[in-house]
This record gives sequence, C-alpha cells and structure tokens, in this order.
Amino acid sequence: MLLDEPLIFERGSDGRPGWEVPGDTGSAEFGLPPELRREDDLAGMPEVGELEVLRHFVRMSQWNLSAATTLYPLGSCTMKYNPVVNEDLARLPGFAALHPLVPDALAQGALELIEVLEQALAAVCGLDAVSLQPAAGAQGELTGMLVVRAHHVDRGSPRTKVLIPASAHGTNPASSALCGYDVAEVPVNARGLLDADAVAAIMDESVAALMVTNPNTLGLFEEEMEAVARAVHAKGGLVYMDGANMNALMGVAKPGDMGVDVMQFNLHKTFSTPHGGGGPGAGPVAVREILRAYLPTPRLVRDGSGLRWSDDMPKSVGRVRSFHGNFGILVRALGYIERLGGPGLAEATRLAILNANYLRARLEGTYHLPFTSPSMHECVFSDRNLAEHGVHTLDVAKRLLDHGFYAPTIYFPLVVKGALMIEPTETESKATLDEFVGAMLSIAEEARTDPNRVREAPHDTRLSRLDETRAARRPVLRWRPSVTPEQP
Amino acid sequence: MRIPDELRYTKEHEWLRIEGTDGMIGITDFAQDALGDVVFVELPAVGTVLRAGQTFGVVESNKTVSDLFAPVDGKVTAVNEGLATQPEVVNADPYGAGWMIRLAITGDVTSADLLDAAAYTAHVDSEQAK
Amino acid sequence: MSGYSPHTPTDVAAMLEAIGVGSIDDLVKHVPAHLRASAGIDLPAGLTEPELRARFAALAARNTGADGRAVFLGAGAYPHFSPGVVNQILLRSEFATAYTPYQPEVSQGTLQAIFEFQTFAALLLGLEVANASMYDGASATAEAVLMARRLLPDRRVVLLSRALHPHYREVVATYLRGLGDVEVHEVPFGDDGRIDLAALRNQLGTDTLCVVLGYPNVFGVIEDVPTAAAAIHDAGALCITATCEPLALALVRSPGSAGADIAVAEGQSLGLPVSYGGPGVGLFATHDRFLRSMPGRIVGETVDGDGRRGFVLTLATREQHIRRERATSNICTNQGLCALAVTVYLSMLGRHGLRRLARVNYQSAHATAARLDAAGLTLPFKAPFFNEFVVRSDASSRWEQLAMQEGIVAGFPLGRWYPELGDALLVCVTETHTASQIDQLVRTLQPAAVRSAGGR
Repeated sequence: MLLDEPLIFERGSDGRPGWEVPGDTGSAEFGLPPELRREDDLAGMPEVGELEVLRHFVRMSQWNLSAATTLYPLGSCTMKYNPVVNEDLARLPGFAALHPLVPDALAQGALELIEVLEQALAAVCGLDAVSLQPAAGAQGELTGMLVVRAHHVDRGSPRTKVLIPASAHGTNPASSALCGYDVAEVPVNARGLLDADAVAAIMDESVAALMVTNPNTLGLFEEEMEAVARAVHAKGGLVYMDGANMNALMGVAKPGDMGVDVMQFNLHKTFSTPHGGGGPGAGPVAVREILRAYLPTPRLVRDGSGLRWSDDMPKSVGRVRSFHGNFGILVRALGYIERLGGPGLAEATRLAILNANYLRARLEGTYHLPFTSPSMHECVFSDRNLAEHGVHTLDVAKRLLDHGFYAPTIYFPLVVKGALMIEPTETESKATLDEFVGAMLSIAEEARTDPNRVREAPHDTRLSRLDETRAARRPVLRWRPSVTPEQP
Repeated sequence: MRIPDELRYTKEHEWLRIEGTDGMIGITDFAQDALGDVVFVELPAVGTVLRAGQTFGVVESNKTVSDLFAPVDGKVTAVNEGLATQPEVVNADPYGAGWMIRLAITGDVTSADLLDAAAYTAHVDSEQAK
Repeated sequence: MSGYSPHTPTDVAAMLEAIGVGSIDDLVKHVPAHLRASAGIDLPAGLTEPELRARFAALAARNTGADGRAVFLGAGAYPHFSPGVVNQILLRSEFATAYTPYQPEVSQGTLQAIFEFQTFAALLLGLEVANASMYDGASATAEAVLMARRLLPDRRVVLLSRALHPHYREVVATYLRGLGDVEVHEVPFGDDGRIDLAALRNQLGTDTLCVVLGYPNVFGVIEDVPTAAAAIHDAGALCITATCEPLALALVRSPGSAGADIAVAEGQSLGLPVSYGGPGVGLFATHDRFLRSMPGRIVGETVDGDGRRGFVLTLATREQHIRRERATSNICTNQGLCALAVTVYLSMLGRHGLRRLARVNYQSAHATAARLDAAGLTLPFKAPFFNEFVVRSDASSRWEQLAMQEGIVAGFPLGRWYPELGDALLVCVTETHTASQIDQLVRTLQPAAVRSAGGR
C-alpha cells in the first residue's frame, strides 16, 4: 500500500523553529543596509518538523521503481546494479569533507585516485589521455567536440560540419551545434549499420568529425568501423565515439584500435555509479595523443614532489565546470573498477551481451525485430506485430509496470517506428530475465485477447496514466502560496 | 480528413486562404492529426516580412516540434493571439479558429509553389504510403 | 563469474542453448578478430569488498578531509553541517538508483521531489520559474549566457564582472568558444570590492547581450545588484546573477527582486558535502515570459486518468532529444540526487532554520573579520559581505607551509586568481568553525610584530 503525501509546502505550521546549529546569539542585528536585505523573509518556505520531513521523503521514495527495486531494462542507460559499498567509499570523510582548494600536498590520496582512474579508463578504451572533468555524458560530448574544434583551428580552420547517423542520440547534434557546427545526417544501411562507402562519399574537407555510437543505438556493432574511420581520416576529419554503449565493448574491442580519436565515457552507465533519478553522472573524455594538448584545464601532472594540478596548457579548450569534476562519482566508479579488475570488467561485458541475446532469442517472433544483425548488449524490437490489435509501444511499456518491471526505452532510436529498446545488463540473473520474458509474452497474448486491458494500463500503480498534454498546455511548474482565502 | 477545395497548400502542410490582397495561414487537418495534441504555437511579431518557404514559427505537440513555413511572400499583419492560451484550437478547428497568421501578400501567388486541393490530397496520400 | 553478476555455469549453458550458440565468443564473432585479440584490459585482478574498503580508506587517509586541520576555504565550495535526514534520504535506493523519470506512473517520488526543488529554487532566487537543475553553478552560468543569446540574438557582447568567480568566467568562455560571433569582456571591480559601476556604464552599449555578476561575488562581497541592473536594463541588456553561496540569499535581497532576469546558483552549500568540488548542482531561475528559452529538464503538475494530482516531465520540445541541433541546450538530464539533497536540506532547515543559520554565518565571519582588523590587518574591501571576506596578510606567502606544518589552511591565496591582489587571502567562516580554530586563524594571520609581542 502506498500512502499519499502532499507537497512539503502544504505541510507544517507557522512558527516551527527549524533545524538548529550552535552559535546562534539570537541577535537579529546585522549590518546590511535595508535596500540589500531579503525582501520577503523567505515567506513560502516550509516550517516542518524532522519526523514529518523524513516521512515525507520516505513515502515519496516508495512511489518510485528503481534499479534496486526491479529490472530496469532502459535501453542505452545501462541500469546495472549500483554496488552499495561504493556509497560508503564516497562518504569517507577524507573524500567527502575534502575542500577542492586545499594545497595539492594535502590531497594526494584524491589526486592518486584521479590518476589511477584516468589510467584505468585509458586501458579500457585504448586511447592515450583522459580528462575526468566533464560532469555528464552530454558535457563530455561537448568537451570532446570542443577538442575536435581546437584541433582543426590549430590547423587553420575549425571546419563547418559534423556527420551524425540518423540513429544517434539527440545530444550528439545538440553538442555539435553548441560547438558551432552544422549537422549532416549519415544514412544507415538495411542492416542498420554504417557503410564505409557511404561515409566516404559524403566525406570532404569541410567535415570536422564523424560522431558515431558503437555499438549503435540499435545495439549493433559497427562492423565497418575501421574502414569508416579511414574514410574520415583520409579527408583530415576526426572520429568521435559516443561511449554511452561502452558496456558492450570492454574486453571485446577498444575504440582506440578501431580508429576512434576522441570519446566520452558515461561512468553512471558502464561503471555503475547510481543514476540518482537523473544525475549526478560523470562524462570523462579520452583522446588520442595528438589531441592531449586540448583537454580541459587544469590537468593532473606528476613531478618530483608528487601529483599536482597544472593550468599550464595554452592550447586547452578551457574549463567546462568548476573545480575537478564530479569527484564523488569518480570515487564510486574507481571502486567498481577495482572490485572487478581487468578480467572482471571483460566478464561483465560478456555477460551483458549474453543477457541481451538471451532476451532477444526468447522474444523474437512474438515481438518484431526490425534489424536482425547480431546484437551486443541491447536489442531493439518494434510494436509491428501488435499494431493489428491497436496496441502500441507505449501500451506495452505501461503494462510492464503492472508486472512490476520498469519499461524499456521507447520510441528511440527514431529510425525504428515504435521502438522498444531493451538493455538488461549483466547483473540480472537468468531467473529475473525469465520473469521479464514471461511478462512480455503475456502482454503480447493479452494484446490479442484483451487489448483494452493493455491500452488502459497501468492498472496497479499508485496513479494511472498522466495527462502530459494538460501539463504542457497549461504549465504549472511550482507551488505557489494561495492568494485567495479558503472558502468556509 | 478535410482538405477544403477553396484553399491552397504547401508540401509542408500549411494552408493559405486568399482574401483580396491578404492571406490567412494555418496548418492542415492532416498536419494537426499527425502532430497529435498541440501544446504550443510560436508565432512571429506583427510587421515581420516573410519570403515564401521561410520559417515563421513552430508548432509543438507533446513529442514533436515542427517548423511553420510561409506559403508566399508577405508582411505579417495579424497573428492569432488566442493560440497562446488555447493551442488546442489548432486540433479542433485547423481551418477556422486555429488560423495562425494573416499576411499582406507581396509575392505572386500564382507562381508560388503551391498545391490545389487535388494535388495536396495526392501529396498526403503519397506521404501516408511511406 | 564476475563480481556482481549472478550467473551460474548452468545458467550460462541454458542461455547459450536458448540462443542457439555454443559459447559467448560466438556472440561477438562478427567483431573483427584482430580487434578482439588486442582488447584485453591491462588492469589488475579484482579485489574483494574488504580489500577494496581498506584500499580506499588508505587513499582517503592521505587527504585532509577529516584530519582536524582548520580549513577556512570557501571560494565556491562551502563547508556546512547537514542534518542526518539528508544523508538518510540520499541513501534510499528508490531515489538513488532510479533514472530520469520517463515513466511517470512509477517515478512520482522523483518527480514530486523535483517539483519541490523547482519551487525552492524559484523562492530562493526570487523569480517565477526554475528548472530541474543543471550540473553546477558554473555551467548554469554558461547556460544562462546562452539563453540570453537566444533572447537577444542580434547582440553579441557578453560582459562578465571580474569579481565573478574565475571558474565561472572560464566555463562561460569555454561554452562560447564554438560560437564565433560572441565576444566576452570583463568589467573591473572597484576599490570596495564591488563591480565598478562607472566602468560598467561605460562598457554597456547597444551591442551588450548580458552582464553577469557574482552575488555574493568571489570576494564574498554583496553586489549592489539593483543599481547595476538598472544600468543594464537601460542598455536593453539582460542581468544575470551567479551565486556560489546561496545561504547568503536567506539574508540578502533575492536576485529577482534586485533586478536579475536570470539567476543561477551553486547548490552544494545547501546540504551537499564539498567532496573535492563535486558533484554539486546548479539552480536556474528566470521570469515566466522567458520560460520557452530556458534550458534543462522541467517538471510540471498534471492529473492522472482519475483526476488525481501527479507530476510529469514537461515542455520537452525545448530539449535535445526532440529538437536535436536546435535544442535550448545539449543537457540530457538534471542533477537529480543533488537536487534532492537541496530539497531535503531546505525542508529540514525550514524558513526559520535557514535564516538563523545564515545569521550565524554572517555574525561569525564578521566577528572574525573584526578581530583581524583589530589585530592591525588590512581588510581592503569595504562593501558589505556575507560569510567570506578578503584580508591582506604576509601569511599568504607561507600558505602551503602553514597548511602542512601548523595545520591551518588560512583561507585561499587570491594572488593565484588575481595577481593584482598579491598578498590577499579569501577567508570563509561558517558554523562549522570552532572558537579555537578561529583563535588559531587570528594568531596565524596577525602581523609578525604583533605575533612576536605575544599579542592575539
């Protein structure tokens, strides 16, 4: 049973003192001139007791499904188990209470952690240098594309275009645009893959880079990746790889070996840091040696006295966020990497591929598989086989919630109509996958026998389908104090 | 799906109603149906000068956003202010209360790349077949 | 089998059989063989959990996070006490291990929390509408400048106060690097530590897109935003404020009320540990009329099929996954769990707790400043400040040595960021600093002559 809970602003009573710290003299006196003082004494802020606050958020937490609650097969998001030990590690006072501006000599443990993580990511991807500063995958993309731009500027011109496959994640074109580039779409072939010949045909010296996701968003390995990279390099372009799907590649293939020049990692995907309902993540950027000089400042350097930060990077793209990146996330990611070790990371990828292909084998036929090339860590189905019953992808997603599973990524990638993108990850057992398959098969059967039941799902969640149109037409984006007195 | 005979159409699914030297512009029934629930319409300022084929605004549904293209050269003389608070009118009455802008036409409507109802019907049929 | 995967050999065999292959290798044989051959990961074997804990405890022990040193550092990251409830809620797996709430029916906890966060951000910043958060204060500042550019596309000069935190200035410059048509200029600060209003008026012109002020600024000084904003608006430009220490906003006039068109803040100070600088969370608020140009995720209120109140992600058509290269930002999600921390923290402190805490900070910092002044040190900036201030001391030349040998990090040597402020230290005093630590600070900073005379 799930209890209701109002907004925190609707709880509490006037005059609750709030949480206290020592040192209050009770004096209201302070020397700010009246025109600089807060105008409203924080009117509208809640006044709620401690137990009420705790209960408020505990109740709300129970309205979520999470990766700790159930299988969360959200394609392209790699919702694997987030090891709880890493929460303890990030909370060690030597990390959590460490101010980012202490002398480097007093942060040698943190700096070593950063150095070891940079090296570990380089070892996984086969590139030469890593910056851990970007706060998220999209910021990593922006950083990487700024590096690309700086490289070309150094050679005379930034160039004007970036090639991006139609199947790409929306952040790729958005990040390219932020770097001043026009976006040109690259077609994918009937197998859902890039053709080296097609890339070569549109490649010219106005193209700064090709942005490619490998495995792509269909979960397919780009088999012509090396030839594609050669075609790009032949015209002086660079190859950017979106590393969102790195969970499919550890120990299987290194981006550096495939001709990739620059990529970002998503530590919250491949390296298990909690997604936090949308963040914080971390989006480290890895580059080939020729691009090292353009990475964000400051850079970590090691000299006779140990590790220190250096701003002496005249060609750097500059800073993308304050301080040194999402350090607390870096601690968790290294905790994961060192717990698994090199062989364990490779094994994680192998089992992620096994799990995805097992789901594919069990669901294929019942669900339409638009691209039959071999799958890596995820597989993309469509709703074509259900359409005759008037049941669509959204309905399948909502009905899955009734079965106690989160939904796959839906309607993405855009190249598949009614896409259902399923990524189970390696941390799910065969038994859990079998339960999920059972749910998917029963939904397909129900679509035939009782389609309305599916179309009206979810039935067993605390709220039924929410009216997104109303939310967008008449935006209510915050609580406001009521302006009219309540009617008696 | 309604495609009134008296209107002219673009391949991007705008309609144009010629009233003397003025033109009323909106999106077609097919377009509103394809978009789904319209949640927001962004329109240009009165006085904006448009060339045929130029984007003059956007129409948004929950999941997509589409550009609006001027069917003909002209200067914006009025915009449908009501859509700011009632975008759903575009769904309910695309050829009437859901109109978007009024232009003082400066271009040649006969040479413009516009479709009549029959040609637009064929265009829609070919898009649906894709 | 690997550390966190539950597979037994029997499971694997059964799964391979269902797939119809003989081995996992068969599943990747379409990957060119030479790529697979060189893909081995040259890292040591994995550790057990106890080994991992020991290894990280040893790394943490080589930092000064909790070794008793008196650290008077702020400058963009602020040490504050946090109620136990905050950490307790952050550890709830239901919040921590969910993702962006794409399926609202089973994400109402995250969605309502974001709606509450948006309300807190709008209230604190004194503006009508706020987004679901950005990465940090610095990138939020850059996003605010990009938003100003969308609102005033014909203007091309961005003015940044030189007293804006240098990291924020650098990030703005980085974000604008690819957009060749925008110029960034600095506005100097005056003798009192605030933006030089005469210089600002001189630099403002018909080409000015926006002006960004720190509030409080990097010297802890509270800018006269109303006067600056009036000048900025007279030039037809937008006023942006960036707040590193939002606790100040419990006492000082809100950015919106002071004239800011867009206000951003770093939320770390509201419930998150300093954590060597991250993760933090960017607060971002503006006027209702600019809503469609605002970057970032937004949660809105709606109803379900039975008329019950619920929350959804909304106005998504501004975002990259729909508008792609024409999106308002490339940002994909928000900084969910950090925004939750701010929400729980502000709920716990409440209206009165927050004001009281701000007062304690204000008074502590001012009492410390008064003692340093009495000890004969120069406090160069006379403008009002909050919990951070600048003091000139020869101790700045021995900053690192004092930290290593005497156990005190006596502020931040500003000469590293501002060569013109050679011997200045930026000192932050919060409720976490004890009386004896403050005594030590005063002893450390006072002039050599006073020290040798045994004075305090």
